Amino acid sequence: MSTRLASGGRFIDRSKKQDFTFDGKRLSGFAGDTLASALLANDQMLVGRSFKYHRPRGIVASGPEEPNALVGTGQGGRFEPNNRATTTELYSGLKAVSQNRWPSLEFDVGSVNTALAPFFPAGFYYKTFIHPRAFWKHLFEPVIRWAAGLGNAPKEPDADRYEYAYAHFDVVVAGGGIAGLAAALQAASAGASVLIAEQSPNWGGRAPVDGDEIDGKPAGAWVDATVAKLRTMQNVQMRSRAMVAGIYDHGYTLVYERLQDHAPQVNGPRHRLWRVRAGRVIAATGAIERPLSFAGNDIPGVMLASAVRDYVVNYGVSVGDRVVIATNNDDAYRTAITLTEAGLSVPVIVEARADAEGDLVKKAEALGIRVAKGMAISKVKGRKRVEAVQLCSQAGEGAALETVKCDAVAMSGGWSPVVHLWSHCGGKLNWDDAHAWFAPDPSRGPTNQDGLVNVIAAGIASGAKDTSSVLADALKAGATAAKETGYKPAAIKAPKVDAPAEAPMLPVWSMPQGASYELRSKTWLDYQNDVKVTDVQLAAREGFESVEHTKRYTTLGMATDQGKLSNINGLAVLADSLNKDIPQVGTTTFRPPYHPISMGSIAGDARGELFKPIRKSPMHDWMDANGGFWEPVADWRRPYCYQKDGESVEEAVHREIMATRTSVGLLDASTLGKIIVKGPDAAKFLDLMYTNMMSTLKVGRCRYGLMCTENGFLADDGVVARLSEDTFLCHTTSGGSDRIHAHLEEWLQTEWWDLKVHTVNVTEQYAQIAVVGPNARKVLEKLGGMDVSAEALPFMAFADGELGGIKVRPYRISFSGELSYEIAVPAAQGQAFWDKCLEAGAEFGITPYGTEALHVMRAEKGFIMIGDETDGTVIPQDLGLNWAISKKKDDFLGKRAMERTHMTDPDRWKLVGLETLDPETVLPDGAYAVDGSVDAYGNKATVGRVTSTYRSPTLGRSIAMGLVKYGPDRMGDVIDFPELNGNIIKARIVDPVFYDNDGEKQNV
Amino acid sequence: MLILHCPNCNTDKCETELTPGGQAHLTRFGPGSSDDEFENYLFNRPNPKGVHFERWRCSYGCGKWFHAARCTATLEVFGTYSAQTTEPPKALITKIKKKRPDFEGFTK
Repeated sequence: MSTRLASGGRFIDRSKKQDFTFDGKRLSGFAGDTLASALLANDQMLVGRSFKYHRPRGIVASGPEEPNALVGTGQGGRFEPNNRATTTELYSGLKAVSQNRWPSLEFDVGSVNTALAPFFPAGFYYKTFIHPRAFWKHLFEPVIRWAAGLGNAPKEPDADRYEYAYAHFDVVVAGGGIAGLAAALQAASAGASVLIAEQSPNWGGRAPVDGDEIDGKPAGAWVDATVAKLRTMQNVQMRSRAMVAGIYDHGYTLVYERLQDHAPQVNGPRHRLWRVRAGRVIAATGAIERPLSFAGNDIPGVMLASAVRDYVVNYGVSVGDRVVIATNNDDAYRTAITLTEAGLSVPVIVEARADAEGDLVKKAEALGIRVAKGMAISKVKGRKRVEAVQLCSQAGEGAALETVKCDAVAMSGGWSPVVHLWSHCGGKLNWDDAHAWFAPDPSRGPTNQDGLVNVIAAGIASGAKDTSSVLADALKAGATAAKETGYKPAAIKAPKVDAPAEAPMLPVWSMPQGASYELRSKTWLDYQNDVKVTDVQLAAREGFESVEHTKRYTTLGMATDQGKLSNINGLAVLADSLNKDIPQVGTTTFRPPYHPISMGSIAGDARGELFKPIRKSPMHDWMDANGGFWEPVADWRRPYCYQKDGESVEEAVHREIMATRTSVGLLDASTLGKIIVKGPDAAKFLDLMYTNMMSTLKVGRCRYGLMCTENGFLADDGVVARLSEDTFLCHTTSGGSDRIHAHLEEWLQTEWWDLKVHTVNVTEQYAQIAVVGPNARKVLEKLGGMDVSAEALPFMAFADGELGGIKVRPYRISFSGELSYEIAVPAAQGQAFWDKCLEAGAEFGITPYGTEALHVMRAEKGFIMIGDETDGTVIPQDLGLNWAISKKKDDFLGKRAMERTHMTDPDRWKLVGLETLDPETVLPDGAYAVDGSVDAYGNKATVGRVTSTYRSPTLGRSIAMGLVKYGPDRMGDVIDFPELNGNIIKARIVDPVFYDNDGEKQNV
Repeated sequence: MLILHCPNCNTDKCETELTPGGQAHLTRFGPGSSDDEFENYLFNRPNPKGVHFERWRCSYGCGKWFHAARCTATLEVFGTYSAQTTEPPKALITKIKKKRPDFEGFTK
């Protein structure tokens, strides 16, 4: 059984007991524990069920590479699935639950899958559920989704806060082990600004566990001294619990800092996501031990040798009283020695190498530990925990020679440098035969904007194996980073290291070498995704030869651990199956983040109201307080209508329309874009930008204009006013102001830069208030201050003046067909002028109206709306706007495009009005018209569609606009609009101007 | 996440502050041009692996357009320069040729 030892544990404080629960069971550990070490201290070997076969799984590792011990932590808005117990720090009150089991961890119905394993080979889902097609969505997928998968998504909104931080550093050091510390010290001593980020709470990495001596002191003492020195340096930032998650283009580096996970009572954000621009990144990311591939290597109690050592040294936890070691290298002997010195029993070291003679081997033998050389584990016995191992000859096929009772197995298949950060931006790797690992190729590193390599691997992450070469390599990396960011590093002498000499390892990809099918089908490569040796071999046989294809077919290396343990072993099996060398097969692509980061940290403060801040008109608050029923319009909020008590939205819209048509309405039109175009060449420029002629516009007058793209499609419309000979004010749609301003600037700066023109977007400088209706003039006359008569201010004119004591510029333009003044006032005076209009208009029942009334009234008049009648494929000619396309101008944007045959095709759908035969039926928006013909593919041909559709209170019936093939030539024809339910709505093609066709009402 | 130097602001800008604008130095074909000329101008773009001249706008900075010479494969930036020009500066071409001996020079 696993248990807490009476003494030891570098990280734990035995005076601080921490109570927690696991699946509701009350347990306790110590401050400094991880959830994993605390579970082991409580003999909780079984921590989860596997993804596919629901096999019992235990803790394998002691760090972020852990594939099995995934738990849900927290509750409610703080619940988070898929946290690794090995990186979850223990605190009092922690509530953790296991995953992927039902009804309980001990008794899991899904574990029947393990008996059915022969029927679930690689690609099982692809092969089985392909037919019948319809079953996938309704039957197979829901059942599979319920049965498979890892943790559940939280149901409540995240209760915590998250934040971003931005920073620039000369050098970012990823990893706070001895390599990272040495590199940081070297770079910082030269004067470079340095951020050193360590993913765990503790500095020093593995060195203090491994027991080497640096400068005559235990590695731990050297680490403490170096950390203390770095802390005194002003140019160094040290961040623990901070992981370099990814490196992106040009030195953009993400650092994920966990501020609260270990202490939820601390105030402030839970996670901080650093977005750092780094001159150079030193990847001192260490290495991860690899499992060995033998049958039953997934049974709880089979662990990495380094992890077994970590639990003893760092947490004072023994994973078992009798631990069998299985290895192909010297490093695992450190575990055997550590266990023996802690008073635990190591019955045998199963050594795959026939001759193992290194210092550590000799030391283990001197301690009296039996070393069985040239041997292998043929099979682990046990179900929910290890009971024994059967030994066989490594060279053979697995015939058991003896059985050794034990309660844990510590395995080591060698080490793999953590090359993720090196690889994120394209750094290439070399295969090293001696160590059987991929290591960075410094001549093919990732490069920055200057074309220079900007990531430097250091320590074992660069392929330096022993402590002495790790430190020398790291100091060199620190010096290089400092030099390349403009500093002059002084030589720091490499510390003297006292460490045992290690003998070469032996690559072992299968244990035993000739393992039978039966053994291989119980040999796990990827614990998290339940991928076995036989699955990869099957994939290779079925033609999935590319490593990327094999990954997707078998799921090897997928999910939250992304194959940190499994990749190299899987590649080796694939290479062997394909009769290729490992480097020929290559690795899958390493993508950020290195390790999962929270969704909250990615969102940061961009949540709720801050997700996309809204733009507000100067009268926003008044509208909000007076029944404004908001709708989003571009980044703005505009009232759809103003609801009175007990009134439906539709009733409000109809009331607003009737009040405006019969007396006077008031509209906030402030959101319309307003762009000043000024300069000696302003008129010439606008002639190029608009389809119609703007240079002939007289000062003091307005003209409706269209803008097309160079491709000929209608992009925006609005009224242009000529303020002076060289100054125009161009109105755009509400959604178009920024886009159209950018469009004008693009052409000015990149094509017609010789034109003397300046543009300014003044959209938010003015409130624009439309006073609309037959009594509009009377309201303004009451306000007084300027002549607003038809003679002084005729239709399509504007004037500067004063109304009610406020400086105004009324434009006589109308989007409703009524007598209308759109009055621009300085934004700060908007509310004051609005109030004056309400007061003066009270006797006429002046009625504020919203966007829906505006839409209905413009549709009654047959006015088009950009985004309703247009969709990026519609040209002005489709909309009967030929009158607004100049024939006199040599050039304008879109002119050449409109000459193309497709644009002049008589078959193009054109704008018409539509009247349903039943006046009470309103056509659905976007409905298509059919005429019984079929298209080239035999489908029902569509011959038109509805673009705008409303119930018109003015006309007392439904009205619609639409684009219809040959529409203008088919006046009076009745066409069919089928609904989804099969019902057909019949509508008559009519003139799109439903109301006041002669325009008499607006021109008074 | 690129860094490009805005020649107007004379500062380095992060990609998030910029808007890309596609290939630089296009010759506009307007009324009077042939269908082929117009099609090439409007739609047909090479997709080179290597040196590329492109347009960027400093949209969250000065608002000005500028041009950049960049390697599409390695993202190395050879230089940025004014948008008010019909071809890249000679000095920049020389610099690129030095770094990329295979580069055949700017062609329209």
